Amino acid sequence: MSASKVAFNITGYAFVILIALFCLLPFVMLVSASFSTEKAISLQGFGILPREFTTEAYELLFKYPQTILRAYGVSIFITVVGTILGLLITAMTGFVLSRSDFKYRNRFSFYFYFTTLFNGGMVSTYIFVIRYLHLKENLLAIILPLMLNVFYLLIMRSFIQAIPMSLVESAKIDGAGDFKIFCSIILPLSKAGLATIGLFIALGYWNDWYHAMLFISEREKWPLQYMLYDMLNTAQAMANLSTQANISLADVPSQSLRMAMAVVATGPALLLYPFVQKYFVKGVTVGAVKG
Amino acid sequence: MSDVVHELKKNRTLFLMILPAVLITLVFSYIPMSGLILAFKDYRFDKGIFGSDWIGLDNFRFFFISGTGLRVTVNTVVYNLVNLITSQALSVVVAIIITEMNAKYFKKLTQSLIFLPYFISWIIVGAFVYNIFNVEYGTLNSVLRFFGKEPVNLYQMPKAWFFVIMIFNSWKWVGYNSVVYISAITGVDASCYEAAEIDGANIWQRIYYITLPSIRPTIVIMLLLNVGRIMRGDFQMFYQIVGNNGQLYNATDVIDTFVFRSLTTSGDIGMTTAATLYQSVLCFIIITVVNGIVKRIEPDYALY
Repeated sequence: MSASKVAFNITGYAFVILIALFCLLPFVMLVSASFSTEKAISLQGFGILPREFTTEAYELLFKYPQTILRAYGVSIFITVVGTILGLLITAMTGFVLSRSDFKYRNRFSFYFYFTTLFNGGMVSTYIFVIRYLHLKENLLAIILPLMLNVFYLLIMRSFIQAIPMSLVESAKIDGAGDFKIFCSIILPLSKAGLATIGLFIALGYWNDWYHAMLFISEREKWPLQYMLYDMLNTAQAMANLSTQANISLADVPSQSLRMAMAVVATGPALLLYPFVQKYFVKGVTVGAVKG
Repeated sequence: MSDVVHELKKNRTLFLMILPAVLITLVFSYIPMSGLILAFKDYRFDKGIFGSDWIGLDNFRFFFISGTGLRVTVNTVVYNLVNLITSQALSVVVAIIITEMNAKYFKKLTQSLIFLPYFISWIIVGAFVYNIFNVEYGTLNSVLRFFGKEPVNLYQMPKAWFFVIMIFNSWKWVGYNSVVYISAITGVDASCYEAAEIDGANIWQRIYYITLPSIRPTIVIMLLLNVGRIMRGDFQMFYQIVGNNGQLYNATDVIDTFVFRSLTTSGDIGMTTAATLYQSVLCFIIITVVNGIVKRIEPDYALY
């Protein structure tokens, strides 16, 4: 190995390891804080490792799990319904836009693309959803706006464009209609694309709190992320918990509890991460090629 | 017109298949655009969007007169430019190093770790910010105390948040962006590197003369995509990192957070719509101009 390669390796590996640790460290700190006693935290603050290891925050959290379980339920519902519908619409639209024999495909592409260049903004969208669509307190106000993402649509289109057009043509000659072709040829052949886009859509739903904040004020309908936001930022959430658990507010381990809540909200999704990561990488790669 | 009818008949199924997406886009993107006329109106809930009275440019005057318009515009542009440059530069460096690595598992592990922040919501990032910077309990102050230093109250140092936001932005996107660059680098013809090796180029020369020029189109496209959004602040990021800390508003308010807060505190629909319209139009002009320039110089790189 040449001297320059050695020098590159030493600086390069050190740099990347440092960045990777930086990416991991906040997670470690969060978990550590959630396993620390409230007394230790109030005396010494959060540490990088747990202070006086305890599971009291989790015990309290799971003693009355209804709130969290319901929020999980809402999040799962939104994610599942939204992803299935969104994926179907994205795939159908991508299929139509990929058809070179469809005369208006460029016009429709621009119709979708234009919305990324110009939009009505938060205020008028808010007014329309509340006043004209009457979707206040309705989970559809979260599901519908996130259903079609133009960027994912373009990625889906390039996945489908990779399927030889001759397959579509020969099926046509055999008398298959367009929808039939879509269901029995396009969908089975774009499994990788569907998995990738489906995961992107699902991640968008799972991590959404913005639409919940705008449109949902009833606590029972809050998805997990927004519930977590509330717990992190308001004293009210802690007060609710103390009445529920029948302990005084002063005895609620509010600091470690906040961190435990964040862990509980993220943990299960993070367990999936190693299995789905490669699809995300694939999606980003395809998206990058198309620009 | 008969053309359209003919086309509708011929490709009836295709039109039906594209219909749901067309409707969703219509309802959630195009129709709300008409709400932007509220920028010129005095909105009253009982009169609705179209029934409210016209008041000319008063809303814009109100947005700019206090200096707020200029301040949030400058903040938005400066934050976006700095965030764009730092995160892209970091991603290019990381991508180059990762592609040069030979240890396969190590490569995979680091890539997984670096991609991790992309996966989580900004709410969790908000939890991290709380965990690190909280004045009483934050890890930063724990560490400072451990080394016998005075704890700091970052919430009284608005300027510091410029760096906090810059770091978290890079942190969140480095994995995603580096994947883009890694895929560009793996697309480079391997024989270029072999030829360079034979000619005695060292690794730095290889990177400088082959890798960087080869991924130039990707860098340009990534910059272009983001320059188009230069007037749009990442609402979720700013909102979750800054939170409700009033001392930080002057230094960290971007148009989007300003609009949201004005809407929730004062409920001034007219002024906030004026701000949004101003932002959307500027955004549109910038992206059109930039794309036009790119189209003239290097047509292949243009967005549309």
